Amino acid sequence: MNFIWNFPLFTVVLSLFSGPLCMMLKAKAARNYTIAYESVLTAMNACVLGYTLKTGSSFTYPMGEFPAPWGNEIRAGSLEALIALLFSVVLLCSVTAGYHFIRKDMDESKINLYFSVLNLMTAALMAMAWTNDVFTGYVFLEIMTLTSCGILIVREIGRTTLAAVRYMILNLMGSGLFLMGIVLLYDISGHLLMIPMRESLTEIVRDPAAVPAISMAIGIMTIGISIKSGLFPFYFWMPDTYGWATPTSGAVLSALVSKSYIFLLFKIYYRAIGIHVIEKTPIFQILFVLGICGMVVGSISAMHASTVNRMIAFSSAAQIGYIYMGIGLGTVAGFAAAMFQILAHALTKSLLFLTAPYLAEVSGDSLKFHALQGSARRDPLAGTLFSVGALSMVGIPVFAGFSAKLMFGQAAVLGGIHWRILTVLAALGVSSLLNALYFIRTLIRIYSDPDQSMKEPARKRPILDKSRIGFFLAGEVLTLLNVFLGLFSWMISDVIYKGLGMFL
Amino acid sequence: MKELLRSWIEGETDPLEDLLDTSTREDQDREARKKISQEKIHRLEKDPKVQESVERVRKRFRKIYLAVAIISCISLSCVLLYTISLLPRYGAENPRATEVVSRYVEKGIEETGAVNIVSGMILDYRAFDTLGESHVLFTALICVMILLRIDRKNQRTGYEDYYTIRSDTYYDLSKDAILPLIGRILLPCILLYGIYILLNGQNSPGGGFSGGAVIGAGMILFSAAFGMKTADRFLTLKLCNMITFVSLAFYAFAKGYVFFMGANGLESHIPKGTPGAILSGGMILPLDIAVGLVVSVTMFGFYSLFRRGSIGMDVDYESFSSKRRKRPGGKKKS
Repeated sequence: MNFIWNFPLFTVVLSLFSGPLCMMLKAKAARNYTIAYESVLTAMNACVLGYTLKTGSSFTYPMGEFPAPWGNEIRAGSLEALIALLFSVVLLCSVTAGYHFIRKDMDESKINLYFSVLNLMTAALMAMAWTNDVFTGYVFLEIMTLTSCGILIVREIGRTTLAAVRYMILNLMGSGLFLMGIVLLYDISGHLLMIPMRESLTEIVRDPAAVPAISMAIGIMTIGISIKSGLFPFYFWMPDTYGWATPTSGAVLSALVSKSYIFLLFKIYYRAIGIHVIEKTPIFQILFVLGICGMVVGSISAMHASTVNRMIAFSSAAQIGYIYMGIGLGTVAGFAAAMFQILAHALTKSLLFLTAPYLAEVSGDSLKFHALQGSARRDPLAGTLFSVGALSMVGIPVFAGFSAKLMFGQAAVLGGIHWRILTVLAALGVSSLLNALYFIRTLIRIYSDPDQSMKEPARKRPILDKSRIGFFLAGEVLTLLNVFLGLFSWMISDVIYKGLGMFL
Repeated sequence: MKELLRSWIEGETDPLEDLLDTSTREDQDREARKKISQEKIHRLEKDPKVQESVERVRKRFRKIYLAVAIISCISLSCVLLYTISLLPRYGAENPRATEVVSRYVEKGIEETGAVNIVSGMILDYRAFDTLGESHVLFTALICVMILLRIDRKNQRTGYEDYYTIRSDTYYDLSKDAILPLIGRILLPCILLYGIYILLNGQNSPGGGFSGGAVIGAGMILFSAAFGMKTADRFLTLKLCNMITFVSLAFYAFAKGYVFFMGANGLESHIPKGTPGAILSGGMILPLDIAVGLVVSVTMFGFYSLFRRGSIGMDVDYESFSSKRRKRPGGKKKS
């Protein structure tokens, strides 16, 4: 047993320990500690990724002395490590870039509590990436629900409180449905660990009388997770939740939290229930249709948005639709495309959420479009980073968004069913066009001539000043990763395919 | 159609004109001037006839909303009940389904050293879940603290805490005739019982969560019956934070150690003890104590935060309320 096998456990325990610790620290110490330990986390996840790629197989790590069907366990393969690495990198960048606004948005005495909540969320993200047990997934999903409301209300303005209450109610409904699904599955199969559960279900499903109960359980779980992650009919909470939160929270919520739910659902589909059982139910077809609806409707809602933050938030609804469409294709290529989209969207959306408030800052703290006119000229760094995010969202080659769309197209063609190929290609086209409409519009606006009627004289911010070094670095890292994902997508998709191979 | 396309290409018309917000600042100013006519709307709003019709629409909406909610709840319940009727009988045909449970029941005492199998299960077999679960409560405490604790920002703008602060002086339960007396009699029993549940968790139903809840209830009773000021003498914010931090850190590291040792196949050197004795069940007793401390402090913290917006006397609320008194209702806008 290699020492690296312990790293997944360390990431979870370290994050859980950091939560209470940050409560005891002062604001600045809490931030420095969080950045330091998240760097350690990133390094550990990278080690696990490298190790699993080298050995070419995943490993199972029992939590305690009791082996699989009796005790908890976690499991790490390339895909889990890749997702965990993504989570830690984006968290690190969000904290570094958004600290300026954290200080601005909340009281000095509560900043350490914010980091405390954020670290607990990190623990939940890590645990959901590594877990090999359905119920562990639920427990950390519960922590995620609470912490995601916590990082929302910390900006004490009425809007966030309202958004947090609504988000909380919907989220709890989602958790409840998810829990009911687990209870049903446990009752049917008698197991909570994923692999014994799949083996048990495979035997049970031979009897056709058992199929309705199983499909009911799967359906309830899927509804729960799609409420929580914002699939098409349930996307209306997104703009308030993402748009009013402090930028770090907005970035983390839209880029990571919703993705972690989807990843857990995918893990349950693939590993705990088994694709051949899922294929007996119409779940994939439903997800496919809802995903495509989300892609179009989310973009149309984004066009009507009145502020740039709401626009970005609504575009999340569209991007979540892509992921569900990929899962709904039901093929390995579709799953790989969905996983790639998780990576691409997390990197892009966090960049957008972190740069938009900097643009607003030089526009009289207004996120309205007319105020933002010429803001990229006043703040060239934020403008450039925002353009990278926007172009990636639209799907311009070189950036990650393009490769994701390409992979979806390829997956549909490889699937070989004619109406599906046509639907996916048409949906991709329409959605990209809509994305281009509102993102290019925003780009034109922020680069066009500054408005002469601005009361303040337009002052240009230097690209690199001392107070913004964190933002500069984090932005550069996210941009480079984005371009890397765009240019070397074959490398990443290779890792994803390998990860899917060792996922079962 | 062709005509439209041509004019669009030549830039004469813009089909997306109404869809996208392309207005400039001047446009917005013009809009603002136009809004003066909104005063008319305000005047209309006060018209009783208009109010009546608005009220009618609202009532109708509420009825529809209620009907839809009831129908969807009933249908969901029916579907779930139907699903339950489809479930297999407990342990009837499939031996795999009872494999895990029977192992817990048969070998639980031997393997964990705890007579109470539930404790053995949640703190030994499935300890990772419980590690998460014990942090759920802490997370809730932090969230409530963020929401309700008085800070400088609240003191500056705060209308919210105005009421919380006042209510503590409004009706002080410690001046009540009955509560302090009953509290004096009940308190020792409640605390003792809580400690008993906590310490005996490995042998009988109980454990950290339930014992901590009872002790927390005792602490709440104490501060209600004898006044917040008496409680502040020892339940300060620092102490509460310290207890929570130490317990949770101990929990995380103890469990991390056990997981590490167990997974690497090393001997953890934690004696299991004789089942049934007070010192048995390996790590279960210390973990129960840690969980119990966190739960009791959290319960008290919730109460204290909801009642006056702080744990202990970390806010100088004498000066805060005097400042308020100087400007009564000065910033009471919401």
